[in-house]
Amino acid sequence: MTRFSAWNVFWNGLKGQKGWSRQWRDPEPKPHYDIVIVGGGLHGLATAYYLAANHGLKNIAVLEKGWLGGGNAGRNTTIVRSNYARPGNREFYEHSLRLWENLSHELNYNVMFSQRSHVALLHSPGAIDAASRNYNTMRMTGTPDAEIWDLETLKRTIPHLNYAPNARFPIMGAAVQKRAGTARHDAVAWGYARGADQRGVDILQQCEVRGIEREGDSVTALETSRGTIRAGKVAFAVAGSTSRLWNMAGLGKLPIESHKLQAFVSEPLKPLLDQVVVFGVGGGHFYISQSDKGGMVFGGDIDWYKSYAQRGNLPIVQDVSEAAMSILPCLGRVKLLRHWSGLVDMSMDGTHFICKTPLSNLYLNAGWNYGGFKASPASGWYYADLIANDRPHERIRNFDLKRFERGLQIDERGAGPDPKLHG
Amino acid sequence: MIRIPCPFCGMRDHSEFTYGGDGSIEYPPLDASKEEWHDAVFLRDNICGVQFETWQHTHGCRMWLVVERDTMTHEILSVRPAHPGLASALANEQEADQ
Ligand SMILES: Cc1cc2nc3c(=O)[nH]c(=O)nc-3n(C[C@H](O)[C@H](O)[C@H](O)COP(=O)(O)OP(=O)(O)OC[C@H]3O[C@@H](n4cnc5c(N)ncnc54)[C@H](O)[C@@H]3O)c2cc1C
Ligand SMILES: [Zn+2]
Repeated sequence: MTRFSAWNVFWNGLKGQKGWSRQWRDPEPKPHYDIVIVGGGLHGLATAYYLAANHGLKNIAVLEKGWLGGGNAGRNTTIVRSNYARPGNREFYEHSLRLWENLSHELNYNVMFSQRSHVALLHSPGAIDAASRNYNTMRMTGTPDAEIWDLETLKRTIPHLNYAPNARFPIMGAAVQKRAGTARHDAVAWGYARGADQRGVDILQQCEVRGIEREGDSVTALETSRGTIRAGKVAFAVAGSTSRLWNMAGLGKLPIESHKLQAFVSEPLKPLLDQVVVFGVGGGHFYISQSDKGGMVFGGDIDWYKSYAQRGNLPIVQDVSEAAMSILPCLGRVKLLRHWSGLVDMSMDGTHFICKTPLSNLYLNAGWNYGGFKASPASGWYYADLIANDRPHERIRNFDLKRFERGLQIDERGAGPDPKLHG
Repeated sequence: MIRIPCPFCGMRDHSEFTYGGDGSIEYPPLDASKEEWHDAVFLRDNICGVQFETWQHTHGCRMWLVVERDTMTHEILSVRPAHPGLASALANEQEADQ
């Protein structure tokens, strides 16, 4: 398979783009793998990549029921940031951001990571105080680029927001992370898949896990749509489908509910917005950026009721459009091109799980709410470390299923144990 | 739009309602063990298929309802008031009407 380089791109430009080969193989399933990862989203693919790249492991398969990146991996609004304030989260997400900063080089694949700044608007003195506390915490714990902007700085940088002093929620400033931004989600999935495949990982698409065979407290094999596959270790990374797999393994309940989150893209426009802008106040929630093709990519809250359907509902379309008009009224006549929805694994405290399970050779990666895109590199990194060494790294020791029993909730929003209230 | 037949108000858009959560949970007595409370507060079946769940008709009669709904197709199979006394009173009234 060809390594990408400026020279290669140039040469193939001259030769009618005929010199490229497949980016990854399409192998037949083997009867046995040392490690089987269920779920070919970003977390599953990144885990396979780091198992091979960091731990030198080889006999690995990734099982995906549809196509690579057909789940949340290819449905999200691609915001990457590390502005978390709770212990555990902030170190984890900062590590992820550092991995993002080198990802295109690491994978030899352009993931179009664009550090264009994440600008969270502030609308009251109380919000400014709360954001200052969080962003100061970030600065003191290893995230150097946390800033609070006053109104003048904000107006200079993004002049076309709605600064009307009589707006329902007048803008007073912003909490800004400059190294945050966006990336091309498909490219991340493809880059990790290509890197893993290069190192010997079998990526098996159209391969749905339908049953799990157990012997005592360990998993022995997976029943799939492409036959039985025996496994030394099994690792789930199936986002909103986690409870279904958990049930197949006969494990009962989880601190997770499946909900759906919608995303929207407008018709392409000339360059309009250079940053990711976020509005969140009074029950409203809205985030927007402009894609490299020019479309305005935006989203809001989940649909509020539990659902396994990957299709959105109209009240949120209205909700999100209203939020758009209240902060960027210049979008008023722009046409919506598409909207879609993904199946998100909302957890009881809004934080994820990367942990061992009651079964000795089964591992869990889930509970990403709607923030798991930015987490993908670190998620794969630590999950691979957990699977390879069969013990949690110091950094992820509170991302286990037992934290609620210990009285610990890692609740960034302070919303309490109700999955639909987290973000 | 999901449409929910409220037993008090009739068929209404779901945007008039607020979703509560899993309606199958029974909270243990106040002096129950920590483990029982942990399970009730934090653990969910997260059913893909038909489940019982609570909704409040916030912009209508403000009653809490128990709705039987398929979480994959969004089809609604039954709706009754969450308060058991109200449910039986309503059933009696409907019987008297017939
Ligand atoms: C609309 C939307 C917007 C979002 N915006 C952001 C954002 O701006 N920033 C951010 O950080 N995060 C965002 N997220 C969250 C992020 O996309 C997810 O947390 C993350 O992608 C989840 O990890 P994943 O990529 O591995 O999941 P997925 O891509 O969903 O991967 C899981 C895979 O498992 C497969 N699977 C399921 N069951 C089986 C089975 N039985 N057998 C085999 N395979 C199976 C599925 O087909 C799927 O491909 C957003 C999510 C959505 C839906
Ligand atoms: Zn009513």
